[in-house]
Parts: sequence; C-alpha cells; structure tokens
Amino acid sequence: MTSLTGTRALLRLMLRRDRVRLPAWVLGITLMVVGTASSFAELFPTVDDRTKFAAGVAGNAGFRAIYGPLYSDSLGGLTAWRIGAAAAVYAALMSLLLIVRHTRAEEEAGRSELLGATVVGRHAGLAAALINLGITNFAVALLVTLGLVGTGLPAGGSLAFGLALGLVGCVFGAVAATTSQIATTGRGASGLAGSLLGLAYILRITGDAGESPLSWVSPIGWAVQTRMFAGERWWVLALPLALTAVLIPVAFLLVSRRDHGGGLLADRPGRASASPRLRSPLGLAWRLQRGVLLGWTAGLIVAGAAVGAIAKDVGDFGEEIGDILRRFGNSDILTDAYFAGIMRVFALAAGGYLIEAVLRIRTEENELRAEPILSAPVSRWGWAGPHLLVAAGGTGVILVAVGLATGLAHGLRVGDVGGETPPLVGAALLQLPAALTLGGLAFALTGLLPRLAGATWAVFGVVVTLSYIGELLELPEAILYLSPFRHTPQFPLAEVSATPLLILGALAAGLAVIGYVGIRRRDIVSA
Amino acid sequence: MENVIEVSGLSKSFGATQALDKLDLTVRAGEVHGFLGPNGAGKTTTIRILLGLLRADSGSAVLLGGDPWHDAVELHRRLVYVPGDVTLWPTLTGGEIIDLLSRLRGDIDEARRAHLLERFDLDPTKKARSYSKGNRQKVALIAALASDAELLLLDEPTAGLDPLMEAEFRKAVGEMKLAGRTLLLSSHILGEVEAVCDRVSIIRNGHNVETGTLTELRHLTRTSVTAEIAQPVPDLGDLPGVHNAQLNGSEIRCEVDPDQLNDVLRRLTEAGVRSLTSHPPTLEELFLRHYGEQPGEAER
Repeated sequence: MTSLTGTRALLRLMLRRDRVRLPAWVLGITLMVVGTASSFAELFPTVDDRTKFAAGVAGNAGFRAIYGPLYSDSLGGLTAWRIGAAAAVYAALMSLLLIVRHTRAEEEAGRSELLGATVVGRHAGLAAALINLGITNFAVALLVTLGLVGTGLPAGGSLAFGLALGLVGCVFGAVAATTSQIATTGRGASGLAGSLLGLAYILRITGDAGESPLSWVSPIGWAVQTRMFAGERWWVLALPLALTAVLIPVAFLLVSRRDHGGGLLADRPGRASASPRLRSPLGLAWRLQRGVLLGWTAGLIVAGAAVGAIAKDVGDFGEEIGDILRRFGNSDILTDAYFAGIMRVFALAAGGYLIEAVLRIRTEENELRAEPILSAPVSRWGWAGPHLLVAAGGTGVILVAVGLATGLAHGLRVGDVGGETPPLVGAALLQLPAALTLGGLAFALTGLLPRLAGATWAVFGVVVTLSYIGELLELPEAILYLSPFRHTPQFPLAEVSATPLLILGALAAGLAVIGYVGIRRRDIVSA
Repeated sequence: MENVIEVSGLSKSFGATQALDKLDLTVRAGEVHGFLGPNGAGKTTTIRILLGLLRADSGSAVLLGGDPWHDAVELHRRLVYVPGDVTLWPTLTGGEIIDLLSRLRGDIDEARRAHLLERFDLDPTKKARSYSKGNRQKVALIAALASDAELLLLDEPTAGLDPLMEAEFRKAVGEMKLAGRTLLLSSHILGEVEAVCDRVSIIRNGHNVETGTLTELRHLTRTSVTAEIAQPVPDLGDLPGVHNAQLNGSEIRCEVDPDQLNDVLRRLTEAGVRSLTSHPPTLEELFLRHYGEQPGEAER
C-alpha cells in the first residue's frame, strides 16, 4: 500500500523524539496504580479492616462520585475503586497529547510538509502515530498487569486492570486522531479531544453518583464497569476496542478527504481592520487567550453543576450515622467535607489553566511572535504583563464561575439558593492563592530559565498526584506540604485562616517578581 | 546627528558559537545602507541587538543617539522593523495585525494603509495562518511602510515576494529615501542592493569585510577581462595580479587586479587582440570573492 510508505521511518522519528516523555508517562501511571495497591495492603492488613472500610464507603454517593462504585472489599477491589478511574484519565490524557503532538501540531508547524514531500505516503504520518499509540498503551497494560501481579494480586484482575487502562488510552488516542483532522491547530485539536475527555469524566461522575446508566456512555465509566478483581466482566473491554476500531477508519477517511494543512472547517474571511479594542498588548493578550479561558470556564461550569447537583446525596448517609452526626450538632459535615474536597479539585483544574495561560508568553516568544511587539515601543514587561494579567484574572473568573455553578446546582436541589451559593463561591475563591503560586512558578521559569519553563507541567503533575493519592501512599508530611493546595483553608469544612492565604499570595508575588527581573535582563529567543 | 547607527567592536556569542566578532557598522542619516553577508554571517543577530532583543557581550552600539538595550522603548517610537522570517498570529487577519502593529506606535494613517494594501495587492480579511510566506511578508512590510518612523530596519524584506512586488518594494524604498528616512537593508538579492543602496557593508563570520559605496568597493577589486587573441599567451596566468585565467582555444578569460591591468593589456596587445571586453566586477563577483575565500561557514 503506497499510502503507507515511510511509516516505519516516521515511527522511528516519533519514538526518538518521545524517548523521555513517553517512558515518564508510562512509568508514572504504573507507579500510581502499583503504589496504591501496595499502600492498601499496608493500611488494611486484615480482611476485617477492609470489610469495615468498605462498609463505610460503599453506600455513599460522594465516594461513588469521586472514585466510582466499590464492587469488592478485596485488596484488588479497593485498588481498582480508588485509582481505576483516575489512572484511566491519565492514560487518556497521555494518548490524546501523543496523537496531537505527532499529527496536527506537526502539520501546523510545517514540519510534516517537509516530510510529506519525501517518499512518504499520505497516510504514513497518522499510521505511525497510531502505531506509537498502540505500543505506548501496550506498555501501560503490560507494566500495570505485571506490577499488580508483583504486589500479590490475582492475575486475572491485574490483566483486566492493565487492559482497561490501555484500551481507554487507545480510545482517546483515536478520538484525538479524529479531532486532529477536524481542527486546523494543535491547540484546537487537543482542546476538542480534551473536552470530550472532560465530558466522559463528568458523565461517569454523575452516572455513578446517581447509579444511573449515564456512566455507560463514558469510556472512563467502561474502565470502572470492567469490575477488576470483582468477578471481571471481560466483555466490557469490547466497548473501548469497538470504539477505537470505528474511530481509526474515520480518521483515515478524513485524511484522504482533506488538503494538507486544512481541516473540515474552512477559514471564513475575517475583519479587514481591527476592532478598537485591539490597540495594545493587553488587547492582543485578551484576544489570544479568550478562547482558551472560555473553554475552561464552560467546562468547569458543567463540572460544578454536576457535582453540586449530587451534593445532597452525599449527606444522606443512612439514618444511623445521620443520627450520630446530628447529635454532634453538624448534620452537614459530610456535605461540607465533600465541598471542601471538590473545591480543591476545581482549584487544581484552574491551576492547570493558569499554567497553560502563563506559558503562552513562552510560546509567543518561541514562535517569534514576541519580536514584532517588542520592536514596537513596548517594554518587556509591557509585553509579558498583560498575558499574566489575563491568566491570573482568568483563573479568578474560572473559580468564581465554578463556585457559582456548584452553589446554584446544590441550592436549587435543597431549595436554598441564596444561602448555599455565596459560601461556595467563597470556598472556590479561597483556593486562588494556591493556584497563583503555580502561575508564579511558570512565569519565574519563563523569565529566568526559559528552556525549563515546560517543567512547570511536571511540577503540576506532582502536585496533582500528591493531592490525589499523597496520603494514601503515606508520604511524609514534609512532602505532602509541598503542594500549595495543602495549605488553603478547607472551607466550608474548616474555619478560614488568613495566614496561609497571605503566605501563598506572597510566594506567588515573589515568583512573579523573579520572572519580571529575569525577563527584563535576558535575551529574547531568536530562531 | 550625523550617524543613525554606530556600532563598533560588537561581539556576541551563543554558547560555543561566536555570532558576532568585533563587528563595525556605521549608517549615516538619510542613506540606504545595504547589509550583505552569507547565511549565518550575523546580520540578523546585529539587527536584534540594535532592537534591544539581544544584549551584546562587548563593544558598543548607538542607535539614534541612544542605547539600544536601555532605551529600547523610546527608540522604538522612531523606528520600524521587518523581520526576515515573519511569523504572525494565526487566528488574526492581516488587516488586524497591520492595525495592531501601527497602533502600538501611535495612530494609523488610514489613507496610506489603504493605498499600501492596494499597492501590494494584499487581502486584509484573510486569517494569517492561510497566508503564504510572501503574503506574511507583505503584512509586515505594509505595517512598516505605513509608519512615519525615521529609521527602517529591514531584514531580507523581499524574501518570498514575487518580482512585481519586489519592484513595488524598490519604488517604495526610493520614496522613503526622498522623504529623508534612513534604511538598513539586509539582503541576499544583489540586484536589489545594487539598485537601491547608497553604501554597502559586507560581513562574514560576524566580522566586516568591506564597507563603502559600490564604486569604492569596485575600485578595490578585480576587473574581468575576456579577449580573443591571435597568438596564445601561455604564461598569462603566471603574471602577478592575474587570477582564474582560462585559455579556450584563442579565447582567454581572466580577472585582473587594478594595478596590474596595464601590464596585462600590454601583453595581450603584443599577442594581437581581435576582440576585447572588460567590465568592472558586479556585486555578485564582489560577494563571491569575499565569501568564497574561506569555505565552510559556521551556522547563525
């Protein structure tokens, strides 16, 4: 088949370029799963411990929402419950970024044109990227299976776990292969695929919380429904396999139909002259960043509404425990704990937006678009500052929006919109200083060590992992406290104290000053 | 103020690569100055230092009487820059980008903008990502030419333009010159430099090789001689000051140093000249001579 000529050479190039990144992803996912399994083994050494714990969480909608239903109180069952859905999200994210990086992003940068003019078939690029996807997800499946078997878990459940992760990864890789044909930019393609991943996650949350069939619409839900270590339902794995098998031919068909560099949506003519608002670096920063901000805000509003709508079920913990709690004088403690926990999750998402928005400064510079602005009468700070302003302001907007959405949804459900909404908006905003430290770090690196600016994402990965399974892994306090989100008030569960907020705010400001000094002093990157 | 750009002993290295090595460059007010050099000679690095985007390691650079690094913002009010590799914001239209870049300098002259759009035949409603290289170049050129800046720094501004647009550009440069503005024009296109430049600086390996008017430069270099002669002059190539002598039957071609021209012509007439053409070196020959001496350029 001549349209596949050159696939092997392209694959080799991709693997060469990914030689650090992909092993890091695969090992990270494996360690997360295996680490969870072995820490459960330490935390609950006896069957009795596990049964008690399982009885505590099994009926609760909040736990079902965050982790999924608990199908078995065995060690494997607990591991699958605690980390299965999260690991599936990581595998999906790894896969969709992999595909976009090697297909649409390459095409946008003009590099695939250079390769396409050599002896390379029309479908070779996509085929090589998909083979890379297959190899990577096979590695995830293999290592997770071996790792779980190594901790002493049954082979059948371990294999189901590994396969579920690998297949969910393949689904989202295939999704990204399709969105890469539709959107004309790498950012657009990963944004589209990422929104579908977010949607799948929210469908799983609402489906599992309400025990409705919604989670069956979600590939993340399929990973959970495989019921690893709880009488594996192998046939569920046919669902991600089938979806992948449908999406890949669609992607190839779209490649054959479209022009190089083009998408499905043709460019319409735009404005012949700029609107009055586009007259300053701030106007430009807003114009460049507003789409991303809008996407994140919309996504988190949907997520906030979804978790707000199920909050009431979290409080319904059965009559017996409810009575005990009422005697202690706070029957809402579970709901409050749920909200406090969920706000941190939202704050992490907002932190992810902030990092992306701040690193836009670096992208602009790298792609030589800082040059035209800086050769106009605009100072270094006059160029970078507006991006920071949009990024930090946007993070505030996202947090207020997600707090509002959560509060309104919960308020409507319990019939007290006026009473429930303001505290939840406050709870979301209280996380802002922690998120800002991540933005500060991104800017400090951009100013001082621009080549390492992308490492902010690695720090972010560590912070997310610490928040998600740090305590479970029984890491020392000193390490857990490295996450800025460990320090923000757990409102509405706990009281608000100003000191940590001020310290985090000062830290963020200090990092921004470092970035400011750095960016004024250093050379602007040239080609 | 006599000189708009005064650079002396400018050095800059990127890691192990020496991009500029004690470069000198003087651009006088009101002149069109050609800045020539092979790929990686350091032309773009020089311009980026003049823009305050890069900081020089040593040497001095004075631009419009100020320091390009410290006074960047003030100086940039008085100059415009067209990069050699124009990258634009893919989601903005050409018209929006022209307006943005003009507004950053002050207000835009709508009539001049419209005139330039027509002159360079650019559709301003297209998104920048769909522009070809030449059209991206036009966006940057129109934004620059629409301004009233007294200094224009142009880094290979016609790369990617078609011959018609190149001719338009040359006309525009002539108009700028009449208006008394100063241009530093880095280029590879020798015809362009010959047509529009008052003075020329040739650099290689980050160091200048020659500076002067084209006439001055030609004077320093060899004359090409082609002659058809009656008797062979086998030892012509051995004469001092004769280079690249080629004998092809009765035809002889060589390049001659200016001070030896008289001797060579005498030898040729002794042998009996049937036809003779000689011409001063083209800029291309100047260029090749300066660049060809040491093959193997460092990158950048």
